[in-house]
Amino acid sequence: MTSTVSAKTTQLMSINMGPQHPSTHGVLRLILEMDGETITKALPDIGFLHRGVEKLAEYRTYHQFIPLTDRLDYVAPFSNNLAYALAVEKLIGVDIPERAQHIRVMLCELTRISSHLLWLATHALDIGAMTVFFYCFREREALYDIFELVSGSRMNLSYIRVGGVARDLPGGFLKSVEKFVNEFPSRLDEYETLLKDNPIWKKRTVGVGCISPEDAIDYGLSGPSLRGSGVDWDVRKAEPYSGYDKYDFSVPLGVHGDVYDRYRVRIEEMVQSNHIVKQALDILPKGEHITHAPNVALPPKEAVETNMESMIHHFKLITDGICPPQGEVYSCVEAPKGELGFYIVSDGSNRPYRLKIRPPSFVNLEALPKMVEGRLLPDVVAVIGSLDIVLGEIDR
Amino acid sequence: MGIESHLGDNILTTTLTTMVNWARKSSLWPMPFGLACCAIEMMAVVAPRHDLARFGAEVFRFSPRQSDLMIVAGTLTYKMASVARKIYEQMPEPKWVIAMGACAVSGGIFNTYSVVQGLEEVMPVDVYLPGCPPRPEALIHAIMEIQKKIQKESL
Repeated sequence: MTSTVSAKTTQLMSINMGPQHPSTHGVLRLILEMDGETITKALPDIGFLHRGVEKLAEYRTYHQFIPLTDRLDYVAPFSNNLAYALAVEKLIGVDIPERAQHIRVMLCELTRISSHLLWLATHALDIGAMTVFFYCFREREALYDIFELVSGSRMNLSYIRVGGVARDLPGGFLKSVEKFVNEFPSRLDEYETLLKDNPIWKKRTVGVGCISPEDAIDYGLSGPSLRGSGVDWDVRKAEPYSGYDKYDFSVPLGVHGDVYDRYRVRIEEMVQSNHIVKQALDILPKGEHITHAPNVALPPKEAVETNMESMIHHFKLITDGICPPQGEVYSCVEAPKGELGFYIVSDGSNRPYRLKIRPPSFVNLEALPKMVEGRLLPDVVAVIGSLDIVLGEIDR
Repeated sequence: MGIESHLGDNILTTTLTTMVNWARKSSLWPMPFGLACCAIEMMAVVAPRHDLARFGAEVFRFSPRQSDLMIVAGTLTYKMASVARKIYEQMPEPKWVIAMGACAVSGGIFNTYSVVQGLEEVMPVDVYLPGCPPRPEALIHAIMEIQKKIQKESL
């Protein structure tokens, strides 16, 4: 009997991470090629949550599409609503009342806090810090109560309309926001106590998933994932919308572009958002919550019941919808995850001819292989968490 | 009468079925199959305010081999459908399924080429939970319905 002695060779192993995995933040699938514990190649496979939202937009009137935008980045529905509404408003060329602008800003910043809290909760949970999850969800419930007060539902709010917001702020709203913003800084300190100087947390995050400012720009990153590398780019500052130029806030920046710096940036952003909401509470003017343009916004209910013209406008808007002029438009906002843009092509009818969404998570995910190749398997979990991706807007 | 008269007050008699079902329903181990928006509300259920531990079902296990209740939360696409079926088959018997959210129930607002129009196309469903997304209280209610169902089952 002859025995064959196999030569000592190294064999690469392929590992499937996802689509059902606790720390891929949804249904992301990663095909990892491993040399021992080291990743030599990472290939994201997306599309497990492709719902055809852009196609659906072509069969909806401009107003009917608003609920679908909620379900893109479902942890930050206000930002999605706003980005879409701004694009349509730019297409029509309509003025938004001052009060509506401030309400939008206030709610968008509360959404940013809520989104970052979910990021912190899951990111920490992935790395093994469970208490943070419970703390963050406590504050998220307080925010959900506020959102519920204003729109009637906890998630998927659809509160913003083309031309303003759906209805004026309800009684007791400002009080509950004030209570939240006053308490929040002390709550933030609680998370910081758990993580900021925690040696385990630092071992898992410092120097992990580094990306240089040049690479970050080349990959088209945006939001905290870009600013973690020290690139000063924030749509709220660069191309102010909804009156962000009237607010005093700073843009936190990282230095090394690693997971820890992105964590620091998001924590600081929550402080800044809290600061913006406080300012919005102080300067919130009285006035209309939605524009009066009859071809854009529904007239008040009382007017519909008493005034013939208003009734006709109401009927036309409900049956036909908004008919913007022909043209193409792109409009973007600084969503919690980065630059969220809507590109609309209008042929003058009541439905978009084509609607294209530029989701921040989709672009940010492209940098994942760059960040994890050459590193260990557990680092993938930390890096995915630090990119803060949501598959709803990646797959659309 | 019966055995109680001989053994006093500290003995309780029951049937094996009732006993086993009671144990099963009181310690459900859910397999959170989070797909979309509903997954966020599913996380809220285990978080402090709603605290699923009160109903004995807080031990979320991401491995199907250790779980007996599959909560399919969110939009199921055709690309994901085979994965969902595989996970379902990996779970040991007895097992139960909750279709959480309008998408899992019927496709919801996404009546498109890529979305499965209802989870029952892929696996048997025990409780349908509508809502977009359902509130955490609703998910708790769905789990209580599953518990009621378990109590009625035979071994």
